Amino acid sequence: MNLELCATDLAFRDEVRRFIEAEYPQALRNQEVEPDELTKEDYLLWHRTLARKGWIAPAWPKEHGGTGWTALQRYIFGQELARYDTVPLLPFGINMVGPVIYTFGTPEQKQRFLPPTFSGDIWWCQGYSEPGAGSDLASLKTRAERNGDEYIVNGQKTWTTLAQHADWGFFLVRTNPAAKAQEGISFLLIDLRSPGVTVRPLITIDGTHEVNEIWLENVRVPVENRVFRENEGWTCAKFLLEHERSGIARVARSQRALEHLIDFCATDEMSSPPLLQDPYFARKVAEVQIELLALEYTELRLLTAATEHQAPGPESSLLKIKGSELQQRITELAREAAGHYGIVFPHRRDTRAQPHEAGSSAARRAARVYLNTRKVSIYGGSNEIQRNIIAKRILNL
Amino acid sequence: MNFEFTEEQSMLRQALSAYLNDTCAFEKRQALVRSQPDWRPEIWRGLVDLGILGASFPEALGGTGGGAIENLIVMEESGKVLSIEPYLETVVIGGGFLQRARGSRAEELARGIVAGEVVLAFAHTEPHSRQTPVQLQTTASRSGSHYLLNGHKAVVIAAPWATHLIVTAHTPGAPGVSAFVIDRRLPGITTCDYPTVDGRVASDIYFENVRLDDTALLTEEGAALPLIEQVIDEATAAVCAEALGVMRELHQRTLEYSRQRKQFGRRLGEFQVLQHRMVDMLMHLEQSISATYVATLRLGQDPRERAAAVSAAKAIVTKACAFIGQGAIQIHGGIGLAEEFALGHYFKRATVIEGLFGSVDDHLRRYAQLSFNPRALPA
Repeated sequence: MNLELCATDLAFRDEVRRFIEAEYPQALRNQEVEPDELTKEDYLLWHRTLARKGWIAPAWPKEHGGTGWTALQRYIFGQELARYDTVPLLPFGINMVGPVIYTFGTPEQKQRFLPPTFSGDIWWCQGYSEPGAGSDLASLKTRAERNGDEYIVNGQKTWTTLAQHADWGFFLVRTNPAAKAQEGISFLLIDLRSPGVTVRPLITIDGTHEVNEIWLENVRVPVENRVFRENEGWTCAKFLLEHERSGIARVARSQRALEHLIDFCATDEMSSPPLLQDPYFARKVAEVQIELLALEYTELRLLTAATEHQAPGPESSLLKIKGSELQQRITELAREAAGHYGIVFPHRRDTRAQPHEAGSSAARRAARVYLNTRKVSIYGGSNEIQRNIIAKRILNL
Repeated sequence: MNFEFTEEQSMLRQALSAYLNDTCAFEKRQALVRSQPDWRPEIWRGLVDLGILGASFPEALGGTGGGAIENLIVMEESGKVLSIEPYLETVVIGGGFLQRARGSRAEELARGIVAGEVVLAFAHTEPHSRQTPVQLQTTASRSGSHYLLNGHKAVVIAAPWATHLIVTAHTPGAPGVSAFVIDRRLPGITTCDYPTVDGRVASDIYFENVRLDDTALLTEEGAALPLIEQVIDEATAAVCAEALGVMRELHQRTLEYSRQRKQFGRRLGEFQVLQHRMVDMLMHLEQSISATYVATLRLGQDPRERAAAVSAAKAIVTKACAFIGQGAIQIHGGIGLAEEFALGHYFKRATVIEGLFGSVDDHLRRYAQLSFNPRALPA
């Protein structure tokens, strides 16, 4: 047993650092930009920089642009991106639909969709959840009826993250209403510019427009846009859900968030001595920090045990639960640290002037980030569902 | 021992509840919160007509002779509909100061509250005072027959709606703290107004050589601290009462949702893991009700008992707000986070209440000091 990185991995880490320091776009540096303030161009600027370097899709097979890095190197890469507070990379294309296409797609589909997904020319969104199908995703009702070489799609999807920017969506649709829940579902790629597609904003309580509803009314989708066999889309869905969960612990991003909190509490002028010297508060920060340390090595243990290129197993549920709980805990502490300025709401969608003068910007953001982060124990399979998975598949209960 | 409300108190609750459900139901509240101006004086006027604003004032000031229990009732009902009316700031805090202040000006303003003409905000916390100001930076310096007020007050809730402010300041001539009541529009006052997460408004307020005459002073110069502490304890108990209303709604709405929403062919309420969470939410609610009643009924006791009971209540209620609020959101799933849906707004108010008048740590610390250190005074 040995906790140190080997010389190869250390050299790799330094290479990643040098690259970010040299190539991270100037336009994205030194800005106090929150994820909800990022524009489509901001996301794409960083995506394209990495694509040019050949680092945007490390886990993909080499013939489609993957880097051939080990799982540990991919982990180091993610850690370094977090360390430099880079703009987040969206999972929908690279981590979700990309792997489905290169695993289950036809040669034509691979050729048509993988290069623009890699380059950032297609922005994908995920058409999964419906108003009546949340945790119970397989109960989805969006209907696709075969009509010659087309499907006619009708239904409603919801909680679709950043669909307002998307060019294409990957959708789970019901192609056989007579079959048992999981058995009548197909996986369709839908061009969002097709007639009959309407994307409507869903504003959340933090005042931001991050998620959307998508309405599909008699949308005509060529059969060639179906990935894998008709009525067997659940195979793709399950595969994809496990990929979605693999990055969800977000340990490195949480460690950065905690560092920001510690800096704030060590230097802020809202109390004297600074809040971090209050033993009550320091104890709570310490608790989160040691949990994150342990989670980092839990993730590394699981990672080094897993076989290369194998979809992460049910252990990823463990990472998701703990990782999301710690993300939420950090936002609670940040809100507490923000004190009385923690109730300022800079984002109410009306004409009132922005409160530039009231408190520090970190304090003003605290409530919004706290409210927004409630989603992490709900999305990607709620933490209740994750516990069911662990009980069933790890504990065999 | 008796935990019943009197017939008058129950009637007050019913009248207020009917009025608020009529005027501030969720859609109307949201329309109001989004509109300019965001406060409608006619709703406040209706509270005057129903006798709500005078319910906790003595008859000598135009009220009906109630007190802390009436405030509890009004605050709890306000919490149930997420009322944004500045009852806490005007009646509980403003009224708390003015009823006990000396002089005819205070009496006149107290009558003005009951009549609906005077609306107050409490300008106490400062940028450098995370929650409870230890040393105020705002100063009121005597200059001949008047004072000159200078300083910066932070996050003064409901200030844009107020006609008057209660301002605390250090008076260089005398040790200790002084409290003043002043017109909000005096020359030398500038404000930065902004919305708060719970649909209200607040201001940072800057005072620059604001001239106050003697009648603005609420107690002897430098002697306001005991009164400030008493009023903050009363306000803290009142906000705990509001939290009861908010948490009852969060819990009730979650139960209702869990009875109708189906996943995996079963109602959410049939899943044992969710049942247990809702049971724990109920336990937090029941403990909060008890602690809030104890605090409310001990507001008239000596300062040490009063402060310990209030800190006990705020610590319990703050934890309950987080537990019940987060549980309600989790059990609802995505829909709980949608702005169009009422639940998330209850969660936001519960979240704001967590931070008002001190965190769990602040109150546990104060409780421990009062209970285990015989020489400590409330602070």
